[in-house]
Amino acid sequence: MSQSTTTPAPLAITHLTVAYGDKTVLWDITWQAVPGLTAIVGPNGAGKSTLLRAALGLIPSIAGEARFFGRSLDEVRNRVGYLPQRASVDWDFPATALDVVCMSRYPRMRWWGRVPKAEREAARGALDQVGLADLADRQIGRLSGGQQQRVFLARALAQDADLYLMDEPFAAVDAATEQAIIAVLRRVVAAGRSVIAVHHDLSTVPSYFDQVLLLNGRAVAAGAVKSAFTPDAIARAYGGRLNVLEQAVAEGGLQ
Amino acid sequence: MTVTDFLRLDLPALLAAILACGSCGLLGSFLLLRRDSLLGDALSHAVLPGIIAGFAITGARAGLPMLLGALAAALLAVFLIGLVRRVARLESGAATGAVFTSFFALGLMLMEATGARSVDLDLDCVLFGQLESVVWLEAQGFGSLLDPVALAALPRQLFLLAAVAVVLAGLVALLWRPLHLLCFDPDYAAAIGLPARGLELALNLMVAAAAVAAFEAVGSILVVAMLVCPAAAIRLLTDSYRAQVLGGAALGAALGALGYALAGPLPAAFGQSFSLNAAGVIGTLGGVTVAGAMLLRQLRNASPKPAIISG
Repeated sequence: MSQSTTTPAPLAITHLTVAYGDKTVLWDITWQAVPGLTAIVGPNGAGKSTLLRAALGLIPSIAGEARFFGRSLDEVRNRVGYLPQRASVDWDFPATALDVVCMSRYPRMRWWGRVPKAEREAARGALDQVGLADLADRQIGRLSGGQQQRVFLARALAQDADLYLMDEPFAAVDAATEQAIIAVLRRVVAAGRSVIAVHHDLSTVPSYFDQVLLLNGRAVAAGAVKSAFTPDAIARAYGGRLNVLEQAVAEGGLQ
Repeated sequence: MTVTDFLRLDLPALLAAILACGSCGLLGSFLLLRRDSLLGDALSHAVLPGIIAGFAITGARAGLPMLLGALAAALLAVFLIGLVRRVARLESGAATGAVFTSFFALGLMLMEATGARSVDLDLDCVLFGQLESVVWLEAQGFGSLLDPVALAALPRQLFLLAAVAVVLAGLVALLWRPLHLLCFDPDYAAAIGLPARGLELALNLMVAAAAVAAFEAVGSILVVAMLVCPAAAIRLLTDSYRAQVLGGAALGAALGALGYALAGPLPAAFGQSFSLNAAGVIGTLGGVTVAGAMLLRQLRNASPKPAIISG
């Protein structure tokens, strides 16, 4: 927390409270992300996606605010990338993989006419980074689930941001795709950028991530994985809802 | 049929059908891609009280006040649908249905109360339009097409339809890319700083404008058919955004022309002396086209497809 006086945190959330109708989903969250690779972990319904969506202003919050690099989102919009859940869109949509990746650059181009060559090349570069250069012109519905997830990753990368908010980048992908994605995220972080990802699989948190936020409506624990991701904190975040596998991770997986 | 007859009776109605159906076909793709085709249905009905109010205030069937009234009614309806969804926590289909039927019913009551009926703005006109009454009696032959005086006497619905079609085509070209993203992933559009809410509102107003301009000529039923059928038929046949949007417009316009052309000859071909309501023929063709597209797609899917590579 002391570093906030030197470099502003990529994301700082203060007293954030969010409700859907009369059901409060997030209670008074105050959390400061540090640069690097951060997981947001918690049981279903813990408000993980809601936290990202509220920070991005996609859903209204009752109280609190999110600041990016010490500024409001509007001031630093092009430094913040977003990867929504894959299931949130219709993959039958008439668009190619390249079209979807180009979308991330729309705020930088005129709204009409052809996509400028430089923007198209940037989008191709992002597809190349996730290993999909050969499938650029394929309609997105004809890609496998893992390929679709990588198209979304490429779209986020093409934003060329300093902080990426990712909503379940590993959801429903096979093991090979998961390895490919984590390799890309590590390269992104090695280049001095930050990633905050909603993550479901407790067993891979220690190997994939540096930082963690344990969430269950409230911020249960946060910090370096080594110190904050303790069996006790996990049990508090998951309450009685830990399944057998998660229990095993919580009890012994860290050592 | 002489040239003059054609110019007087058929050309204006034919142009009106093409412009009305083309405009609706153009916007239908966006509604379909947003999985919001019901909104076209809703807006094309919700504009009625605005049209009647525009008529009541000016006391005449003039294009602009009725268009403005319709746009105001559409805005109000969109706002109310959102409000009902949030406050009553109804799913979007129910909220949309509740609002537009109320608006349409209110429009019918206003129609009675304001005396709009007496100038034959009646239910028939609302539902089926008055394509056959779009005539150009000043036409005296091909020369009239170049005669400013005669051209000025073209039916005013044509001017409104043409103006709306040009404006809509321009807006679609201008908003080409943002609309693509808005249809695919509105949250992402908002997250990267595109004015998603503004674009959504713009799209709704464009649909309302197309609906109201087309409404008088072809009626609300055909407006709904042309907002849905061409886009749905093309959607079954292409995976390209450009082909989808432009194809929807072209197919809409083609159905308008073909339907109008067939309305007279079709019964004659069966030895009948009456002629059909053009709007009815166009709407029926719309349904037939979607069915045809489904068949085509089935045939195409039966042939081998490129394998999906996993990974």
